[in-house]
Amino acid sequence: MTFLATAARVARKDLLVESRSREVVYTSLLFAISCMLVFAFGLVKEGRVVTDATAAILWITIAFAGTLALGRIFDRERQNETLRALLLAPASRAAIYVGKLVGVLTLLLLVEAIVVPLVMVMFGATLFRHPAFMLGILLAGSLGYAAVGTLFAAMLARSRSRAALLPVLLYPITVPVIIGGVRGTAALLQPEADLVVARAWLTMLVAFDAVFITLCLWTFEPAMTE
Amino acid sequence: MSIPNAKLQTPRSGSRKPETASRRPEVGSLSLFPLLLLIAMGMFAYAPFMILNAPYEATMGLVQKIFYFHVGAAIAMFVAAFTCGIASAIFLFGRRPGADRVAFAAAEITVMLGLIVLISGPLWARKAWGVWWQWDARLTSTLVMWLVFQSYLLLRRFGGPGSEKLSAAVGLFGSALVPFVYWSVNLWRTVHPTTNVVPTLAPSMRGPFLWCVLAFLFLFVLLMTLRVELEKRRTRLDDLYLALED
Amino acid sequence: MKCFRFVRAFLVAAMMLGAPALSLAQQQPPKAPEGFVPVDQVPGQEELPAKPLVAAAYGVAWLAVLIYVFSIWKRLNAVEREMADIARRIEAGGRR
Repeated sequence: MTFLATAARVARKDLLVESRSREVVYTSLLFAISCMLVFAFGLVKEGRVVTDATAAILWITIAFAGTLALGRIFDRERQNETLRALLLAPASRAAIYVGKLVGVLTLLLLVEAIVVPLVMVMFGATLFRHPAFMLGILLAGSLGYAAVGTLFAAMLARSRSRAALLPVLLYPITVPVIIGGVRGTAALLQPEADLVVARAWLTMLVAFDAVFITLCLWTFEPAMTE
Repeated sequence: MSIPNAKLQTPRSGSRKPETASRRPEVGSLSLFPLLLLIAMGMFAYAPFMILNAPYEATMGLVQKIFYFHVGAAIAMFVAAFTCGIASAIFLFGRRPGADRVAFAAAEITVMLGLIVLISGPLWARKAWGVWWQWDARLTSTLVMWLVFQSYLLLRRFGGPGSEKLSAAVGLFGSALVPFVYWSVNLWRTVHPTTNVVPTLAPSMRGPFLWCVLAFLFLFVLLMTLRVELEKRRTRLDDLYLALED
Repeated sequence: MKCFRFVRAFLVAAMMLGAPALSLAQQQPPKAPEGFVPVDQVPGQEELPAKPLVAAAYGVAWLAVLIYVFSIWKRLNAVEREMADIARRIEAGGRR
């Protein structure tokens, strides 16, 4: 089986399982909305959002919901011992990683598809004045986050204290991606959208994606070997 | 019996055969130790005299003298982080337990040196910028890098058996941040002085500066030697416990 | 391990080569510096005393190193003690 076929099959399996229960999407979506609620209390003054807070709310919500989803996806693998079976399969580890990444990214984007319009409505933000930029930043940011998240969640799947360790490991490493997402989105949300700054952050995000994905592909193979 | 080593309760059994259980205890890597200790101690003892004799900076005055230790510790921190990253890669791909010990030691020293950098920096900033902390690119990225290595240590301590590979990946990602931290001052407009300061340093300041950098690099080598030796003995202890159980 | 030995050997070599280079660097004619400008005296009155800050910075550096060395030393001792303990158990025919 070719690399892409293997990856597609792994991703398809994940999405099929998810489409039957919809557990991950439901829980992380509800969690995201609760997050937004908490932020709204902290960052809205007299009915108006503090400057630049909308961008921060959007990305922190995505990051938190992403952690929850990652933890749950790999918990499911561990419960049924399917991760071991997957790793025993005669397929390249990198392909398995890519398949997992596609699955995680799809779920994350699904959650975002609801969270982003919600943020727009609830915080009165016109995010899509420059749709290409906004979509680019969302996609690049989510990809970088999901890439590192998939690697660490997979490696932590067999660890005792994974629930506590995943955020502790994930946030410092992915913080460059979160910063890029927040600053890029904030630049687009200015009264006069600052396209130069937005482009700079988008470039940065793509650069981080490249570094992160290379490192992940590189380490997944030896790290997941027993 | 007191067991300070958490790994003892869950010996890294199974996957690895006892390496050194049968061999006599050797002190190979400690043979250079007295020489290193002498050099490092001498350099650190002489450093204050050089720093005191260095000229004052025109606008910042006395407080700029923090620079010599701050940057020295920062450079040694980068070297330590790189050592951790390279050793982690060697461990991941070459499966050498020795590389894992080096990575662990380097990560701990990175955190220790990072603490010096992150404390001496704000003390300087208080005078030079009027605030203790500024959320600019260099300061933020340094803090992020420090947190990554902190989480490395956390993982080693609480990750349980099999966390060596996971922490190796963390070390790899942590050292990938080093170039980013280094160039952050040139990429963004920051309040932190740029990397341009060092190559354009006045000769009267360059001497003490190079001295301090070398002193910190020697300190790094010294601490590494000591820390790796500790980790080696712990491995031997684990092996002895395993041998005892057989 | 090998990479670390290499780094150590490299640093020792750098020290040997670095010492003459250091004195050379100090002899170079002063150029107009772009970064820090050196002066001989502290400029006049300072509204915030710099001395405690500098002293604190150097104090923290020394203290951190000393505490760290002490912690390594303590851990080494603990391991040594346990080794001796095991050796005694083995010698006493302690095959459980």
